[in-house]
Amino acid sequence: MRTFPIGGIHPHDNKEWSKDQAIERLELPDKVAIPMIQHIGAPSTPVVKKGDKVLTGQLIGQSVGFVSANIHSSVSGTVVDVDGYANGQGQRRLMVVIKREGDEWVESIDRSPELKRECTLSSEEIIAKIKDAGIVGLGGAQFPTHVKLTIPDGQKAEVLVINGVECEPYLTSDYRNMLERAEEILTGVEILMRAVKVERAVIGVENNKPDAVAHLREVAQKNNYKNIEILPLKVRYPQGGEKQLIAAATGRQVPPPPALPISVGAVVCNVSTTIAVYEAVQKNKPLIERVVTITGKDLKSTHNYLARFGTPVSRLFELAGLPEGDVKLLNGGPMMGRAIVDITAPLIKGCSGITVLSGKEAARGKELSCIKCGKCVEACPMGLEPYLLSKLGKLQKWDMAEEHYATDCIECGCCSYTCPSYLPLLDYIRIAKQTVMTNIRARAAANKK
Amino acid sequence: MNELLLTVLTLSVLGALLAVILYFVAQKFRVEEDPRIDDVEKMLPGANCGGCGFAGCRAMAEALVTRDNISSLNCPVAGGEVMGSIAGFLGKSAPQQSPKVATMRCGGTCAKRPKINHYDGALSCAVVNTFYVGESGCAFGCIGYGDCIAACKFDALKLNPETGLVEVDVDKCTACGACVKACPKALIELRKKWPKNRAIYVACRSKNRGAVVMKVCKAGYIGCGKCAKVCQFDAITVESSLAYIDSEKCKLCRKCVNECPTGAIKLEGMEPLPKEPKVAAPKPEVKVETAKNE
Repeated sequence: MRTFPIGGIHPHDNKEWSKDQAIERLELPDKVAIPMIQHIGAPSTPVVKKGDKVLTGQLIGQSVGFVSANIHSSVSGTVVDVDGYANGQGQRRLMVVIKREGDEWVESIDRSPELKRECTLSSEEIIAKIKDAGIVGLGGAQFPTHVKLTIPDGQKAEVLVINGVECEPYLTSDYRNMLERAEEILTGVEILMRAVKVERAVIGVENNKPDAVAHLREVAQKNNYKNIEILPLKVRYPQGGEKQLIAAATGRQVPPPPALPISVGAVVCNVSTTIAVYEAVQKNKPLIERVVTITGKDLKSTHNYLARFGTPVSRLFELAGLPEGDVKLLNGGPMMGRAIVDITAPLIKGCSGITVLSGKEAARGKELSCIKCGKCVEACPMGLEPYLLSKLGKLQKWDMAEEHYATDCIECGCCSYTCPSYLPLLDYIRIAKQTVMTNIRARAAANKK
Repeated sequence: MNELLLTVLTLSVLGALLAVILYFVAQKFRVEEDPRIDDVEKMLPGANCGGCGFAGCRAMAEALVTRDNISSLNCPVAGGEVMGSIAGFLGKSAPQQSPKVATMRCGGTCAKRPKINHYDGALSCAVVNTFYVGESGCAFGCIGYGDCIAACKFDALKLNPETGLVEVDVDKCTACGACVKACPKALIELRKKWPKNRAIYVACRSKNRGAVVMKVCKAGYIGCGKCAKVCQFDAITVESSLAYIDSEKCKLCRKCVNECPTGAIKLEGMEPLPKEPKVAAPKPEVKVETAKNE
């Protein structure tokens, strides 16, 4: 069975807590706060003001520039405020707060449950629809999908890789989607193949989800979805990383930045994103809801909710029942998730799940000295030297960090996970990466002048 | 005995020969350098802190000797007196710059700004700043992991474990500015140094609205603007609900301190004005007060 060639770890997947919970529709919240930045790139500009009436699916944030995404209202009601509110990390971001009144949708949205498979639109039309719908990568990175699908001049896509890996422990939202919405996924894949003009698509699924593989294969065969291969992959974290998945599914190695996956002819998309693409193109439905897992060993109950964006995450905790004592709340899984410090924060596009760990589970070990064992080097899926980059980050040697490819780091956390001395390697690498990126951008801007 | 003599002789001749060669080489390749650079370097404090903007004291000394106009150069560590004597030595006009001191502008102590979460990552303010707002929920306040303390070469900064805030030792601080660069929240400012460690400054950098500030910190600046109204010297400006006191314009009259409802304006080294000031003409009163204190 295939996997990516270097590095990686194999933590316990912990999916058993929520994998058998069917997707439930979460009741509509009374009030939503929708951030104007839920994507990588420039923040959107709000196009509504206090007192405006909005419908479900109505545009409320206009994208600014190419790398940006539209934002739509997830409920119908009255805009009560447009101001800075705290996000999950407690940082204040511009949000549109809407008080819900009923649930009236924009008329052009087709809400019928029937599958609409035929698509005769051209590549440009599909990409334009995806852009209008404000679709971003739902795997967690929140990169605007229309940017990914726009193939630069002189390059050609050869294969579409669909990410059904869900290598992050605990999370099961992609898994439930694959089991319950397989036909929508496969239709979405066909649409994406049209959009990037390729003949072949591979859906990579890790082998700890054999029922998802079997189900997708069965649906594909029964309904005659051609040229879509469902490929089981050996369980290994971080297989869901774009470059790791390309290597696992196609055997091609993406060169270091600024090269992108397209330079080896691959375009990658998450399975949940594929459903959003299907709904946007065939049903005119913008991205206003997603499947969110709420899971953890100590929760009273675990769920996979189909929730509207802007729902306060505290609502999910109320329904799941938080355990007593100290807990760590994570937006995402335990490997790449970010701790939530403000539970009034809204649910956003990139939130594939919320993991609750007990204080004891989450505590890091006491930091000791580096013993030069090289485990982090062995674990790094990008072939970097984490111990060195971390040191350079700590000492603020940004030039040297750049020479050692700090920008290549995908922040998967394998190095910190594997370190026997409990060093916070990734914490320092992340500042090195951010600073080097800022320096590179500043240099590029200076050169332009 | 012969071998011993021969060895001594050979080495002596060799030594003399090499000395002669070295002498001529030194003559030939001598670098012409102003001898005053060495003298000026000796007069500088030799801390090599980089506070002047140069790589070290030697580079600063070179600039002082070679440049015609040295009014823009200032060694914050040495202070005005030494700079004056250097200028006198070089026969140039002395740069007139008042001494400064680093000031940490956050008053959110553990009691006034309680921690609402527990941070478990790398102990560095810069790292915390990349993750989230910090343990208290205030996005502008002191994080307290001491990036500034690590940057200080003069041991002038200390973390007070009771308040959880960094404190500046005014006597040790040389205003080199290393901490200003190290603080990811831009809390530290170099302000005018008054005699007897006196200071008035706004100990809050939060640009949030008053209601938001009050939620996380009882010592925050809430943007009421009373201080700006009472100031007679135009020293206080309020912008995006945050006041700033210009230390060059401030005359330490202390009126703003009494006006502040949250105590965000800090007064150091002086007694505050009596709570109900007399209804006399304000200006002369100020003079009397300062005279008393001096």
